[in-house]
Amino acid sequence: MDEPVPVKRTLGGWTLIAVPYVWLLIFFLAPFLIVFKISLSQIAVAIPPYIPTFDLASGWQAFIENLGELSVENYLWLTEDDLYWKSYISSVVIAGISTFLTLLIGYPIAYGMARSPQSLRPTLLMLVILPFWTSFLIRVYAWIGILKNEGLLNQLLLAIGVIDEPLVILNTNIAVYIGIVYSYLPFLVLPLYASLERLDGSLLEAAEDLGCPPWLAFWKITLPLSLPGVIAGCFLVFIPAVGEFVIPDLLGGSDTLMIGKTLWTEFFNNRDWPVSSAVAVILLMILVIPIVLFQNQQQKIAEKEA
Amino acid sequence: MTRGPTWFNVTSLVVGFSFLYLPIVLLVIYSFNKSRLVTVWGGFSVEWYVSLLHNEQLLDAAWVTLRVAFVSASVATVLGTAAALVLVRSGRFIGRSLFSGMIFAPLVMPEVILGLSLLLLFVAMDQSRGFWTVILAHTTFAMCYVAVVVQSRLVGFDKSIEEAAEDLGCPPVKTFFLITLPIILPGVVAGWMLAFTLSLDDLVIASFTTGPGATTLPMKIYSQVRLGVTPEINAVCTILVVLVTMGVIAASLATRRQQVQKERDERTAFGAEG
Repeated sequence: MDEPVPVKRTLGGWTLIAVPYVWLLIFFLAPFLIVFKISLSQIAVAIPPYIPTFDLASGWQAFIENLGELSVENYLWLTEDDLYWKSYISSVVIAGISTFLTLLIGYPIAYGMARSPQSLRPTLLMLVILPFWTSFLIRVYAWIGILKNEGLLNQLLLAIGVIDEPLVILNTNIAVYIGIVYSYLPFLVLPLYASLERLDGSLLEAAEDLGCPPWLAFWKITLPLSLPGVIAGCFLVFIPAVGEFVIPDLLGGSDTLMIGKTLWTEFFNNRDWPVSSAVAVILLMILVIPIVLFQNQQQKIAEKEA
Repeated sequence: MTRGPTWFNVTSLVVGFSFLYLPIVLLVIYSFNKSRLVTVWGGFSVEWYVSLLHNEQLLDAAWVTLRVAFVSASVATVLGTAAALVLVRSGRFIGRSLFSGMIFAPLVMPEVILGLSLLLLFVAMDQSRGFWTVILAHTTFAMCYVAVVVQSRLVGFDKSIEEAAEDLGCPPVKTFFLITLPIILPGVVAGWMLAFTLSLDDLVIASFTTGPGATTLPMKIYSQVRLGVTPEINAVCTILVVLVTMGVIAASLATRRQQVQKERDERTAFGAEG
């Protein structure tokens, strides 16, 4: 990549920057400020269901008075009711366990792909990407029929005599793990494959020539060199998994606490917009750390390649 | 890596790909099940596909979804391509890091946050919600994906052709349409397709930003799924899976053919020289 050089900019050049920039400011950044403001408001029986509402037409005096009505009450409420902090903790734990399981399953796949004959690789790559294009909702839904008590997995296990009683998997955390691993597997395999494929094979040959057993060569050479791919893949699974809604809602049980689901219920069932905004703000604050770490890491990789 | 695969590699590939594909294959098979009990095989039948044709609510939802996906993917492709050009070409400008942050953040941001924040924006703007608000929401998150896809195409771009055109007095806009766009077109097309399928799939953001009269297909599927697994839903899902798979395969074959053609052209060109 070229060094970004200062470009002399024409009117057209400025327009090119301005159009996507302004779009994102209005539809991405401004909404967060509104969420933050509403998280400091109170619930009200009104349309929209919160007070105070800012009306620029009523002038500065009213604006300042309204500012005084904002309070951190919703945030205090989040600390008092243990539903919320339990949801946050259990989301992070579930996402962490799932990320680890995805890595355990994804690493051998990426490794196998990188070791396969050159002519086969584009096809394998395509096979990994293809499920990513098919609907997320459909892929989660497909598991319901498999994991149900009278589902296909239990039928199979009963038929071959491994179990006598159907296993209860659907509506438990195990089903949520399976759903997350299944849905996010391509996100982990792709960056991992990219870094494994680039690995210099002569290093492994040298190790072998010097009498290093294959498992030790893997541990000392392959694994450390694939670490950037491992880290990138884990972030890509972990960050969205924390805020996941569809998977815990369809596969999890009533005792599966995940913050995405809590936010959804708070908003659609309890119609408490201020509290759900506060939930979103805290979730964002939790995720900012991994998101920033992820972007730094991506930048480092990009710089190394340049 | 150059060494051949071991039995361990082969096994992990076979197991891995079965894990990825088996659930979808089972879903497709059971959409042809005669029995209403989805997990008991009762013989082959296409009756659920026929009953879909008479389900007007579902067809309405499908039509809304297709229109939303088409409009939002098209706008997102224009905005996303512009954003990619800015990221790769525009050098330094004030607020550049904010700009790239706003491009990359939506890729990992939980959908519940994006949906909630956009809904609150529309409420604050006193905008009645429906078809157009879903389009605005989908355009916003899809343009970031388009930007990333097009950006990767732009990075490996030979700038000398553009510079030659500009040295010969070609205005920038014309250079873009005559030279840059044809070269990055595969990326732009891939970006459009990605934006289209993302919009087609989205449940969470659409649920937040929609209003009366604009129920999308995923919302319809979701509300049915909550009531239980039915063969009709299997049939809808099968149709979607088949359509998307055919689209992706066709697109990748087209790109590959284009590449082969390009290589052949280059070879003939060099052959003529020598």
